[in-house]
Amino acid sequence: MRAIMGRSVRAGAGPLPGFGPALGLTLTWLSLIVLIPLAAVFVRASGLGADEILAKTFSDRALAAYRLSFGGALIAAAVSSLAGLLIAWVLVRYDFPGRRLADAVVDLPFALPTAVAGIALTALTAPNGLIGAPLAAVGIRIAFTPVGVIVAMVFIGLPFVVRTVQPVLEDLDREVEEAAASLGAGRRQILWRVILPALAPGLSAGFALAFARAVGEYGSVIFIAGNMPGVSEIAPLLIVISLEQYDYAGASAIAAVMLIASFILLLIVNGLDARRRRAMEG
Amino acid sequence: MTRNHDIRPARHLRYIASAALIAATILASSVIAPAKAADVELLNVSYDPTRELYKDVNRAFAAKWQAETGDTLTIRQSHGGSGKQARSVIDGLEADVVTLALAYDIDAIADNGGALRQDWQTALPDNSAPYTSTIVLLVRKGNPKGIKDWDDLLKPGVQVITPNPKTSGGARWNYLAAWGYALDQGRDAAGARDFVKALFANVPVLDSGARGSTTTFVQRGIGDVLLAWENEALLAVNELGPDAFDIVVPSLSILAEPPVAVVDRFVDAHGTRKVAEAYLNFLYTVEGQELAAKHFYRPRNAEVAARHAATFPEVKLFTIDAVFGGWRKVQAEHFNDGGIFDQIVAKK
Repeated sequence: MRAIMGRSVRAGAGPLPGFGPALGLTLTWLSLIVLIPLAAVFVRASGLGADEILAKTFSDRALAAYRLSFGGALIAAAVSSLAGLLIAWVLVRYDFPGRRLADAVVDLPFALPTAVAGIALTALTAPNGLIGAPLAAVGIRIAFTPVGVIVAMVFIGLPFVVRTVQPVLEDLDREVEEAAASLGAGRRQILWRVILPALAPGLSAGFALAFARAVGEYGSVIFIAGNMPGVSEIAPLLIVISLEQYDYAGASAIAAVMLIASFILLLIVNGLDARRRRAMEG
Repeated sequence: MTRNHDIRPARHLRYIASAALIAATILASSVIAPAKAADVELLNVSYDPTRELYKDVNRAFAAKWQAETGDTLTIRQSHGGSGKQARSVIDGLEADVVTLALAYDIDAIADNGGALRQDWQTALPDNSAPYTSTIVLLVRKGNPKGIKDWDDLLKPGVQVITPNPKTSGGARWNYLAAWGYALDQGRDAAGARDFVKALFANVPVLDSGARGSTTTFVQRGIGDVLLAWENEALLAVNELGPDAFDIVVPSLSILAEPPVAVVDRFVDAHGTRKVAEAYLNFLYTVEGQELAAKHFYRPRNAEVAARHAATFPEVKLFTIDAVFGGWRKVQAEHFNDGGIFDQIVAKK
């Protein structure tokens, strides 16, 4: 690091001083709060031999559970993103009686114990439930199927999207849209060329959060899933099952697989966003 | 964006800060406020359905203990799934006594870290199980599907609700009861396996715990028959009114023995061995047995059992030790990963 007139000229470092201490502090906290606990998972998993880990974590049943957990979480995050964007749009752009109330309601899934959410959703979507009964009459089942799993994941993921998109929307100047309109852009063009690009970072962050939360969700899903092996078992349930057998190493092995897979997927989501941003700037 | 807008967050923060300060003050004062000095404290780590039972037992025993010794006794209770509770003790929850759903969970405490001795089950009479239960069939009022015994559960069109034996200690008894019935019918091991496999083919939902299954059956209206512990079934019938469900007692069932034990390491650390042992022995007294019966557990004491004969019909029972050779063996053969249960429910 060469300093000229007290200011760093290293590429990437901003005009602010104190990069070194700040980075040190960041890494220390990140390690204490996030990385060390997660490292313990890998240490515990190492109690098994490599063969055992492979056999346990890549059995047909485990693979089906990963498919449901990660596939369901991706679908749920996509649904949450779409619905969350609409909700945020309405909350920011329109003034209507009860808007503040609606705004507060968005946060409820954060506060609700997940088991309560699971029981409530199951009661609604069960074949004798308010929503489930008419659907059951036409042969659609939600509770105790993989669809129910996705419903629960959407419920807990939605607030993340609303809360990450909302501030961006609030900062979005109306003038920009008006300028685009005065230059002859149609409504659809304004949406695609002006609004969505500005919202994209918030939306992708919300998507990543909703996805991560849905992958790890246990409490609400367990009531609505039905937990049939190979059909509607989620990966966190396999961890609980291993723990019931006092198989700590096996539980940690499945957790390690989930961690690695989540990390790779989150890296991809963030990487796509970074690429998009570079493309916009470049 | 007016300038007003920029001030608002600051005001918000002030409100939040003052609210936090008030909350912190309340918290701090509650911590500092002197707690009532208790002479002795016991922690009983138990499983889910015993909450009300031990509330009564604790009240009765604390009064008795105070009369005998003059000490004020406070008994704290902790409840949850039996396996989860055992893991808490293994991980260091300082239980003076454990009162769990099955011996395997207490075995696990002995095996993982040795907080109690290997032969803990010989410490108290009757396999250290002061009260027992069995597995019964809960059906909808009037028994529309005409279910009388275990083999009726295999019929096409009968939906059976049971929790998942992989996650629920209680559900393991259900599975073993069906297996034992098949053996009693003269089937060999392979025949018993087919019997249980056919039974589980009729299970549409595997909840992770007993209360979840009861909810599925009772509230969601799913299934024709719920496999349940007798105490849970009696509770369900009493809570929800006898006009909704009937209890069918099968011709043969399993003797469920929820065991109790003093946790050696922690009573020695706390100096509570004497009171912990007296507490567990109290469960075997007539008074303790009456409380067990009141909460729908079958009493061991013959005289108390005779008084409650109306509640607990005669049923032929077999034990896990006699038919299966004990919990450790059962767990390894049937319920561990890759065991018989996994093979049975693997995708057909």
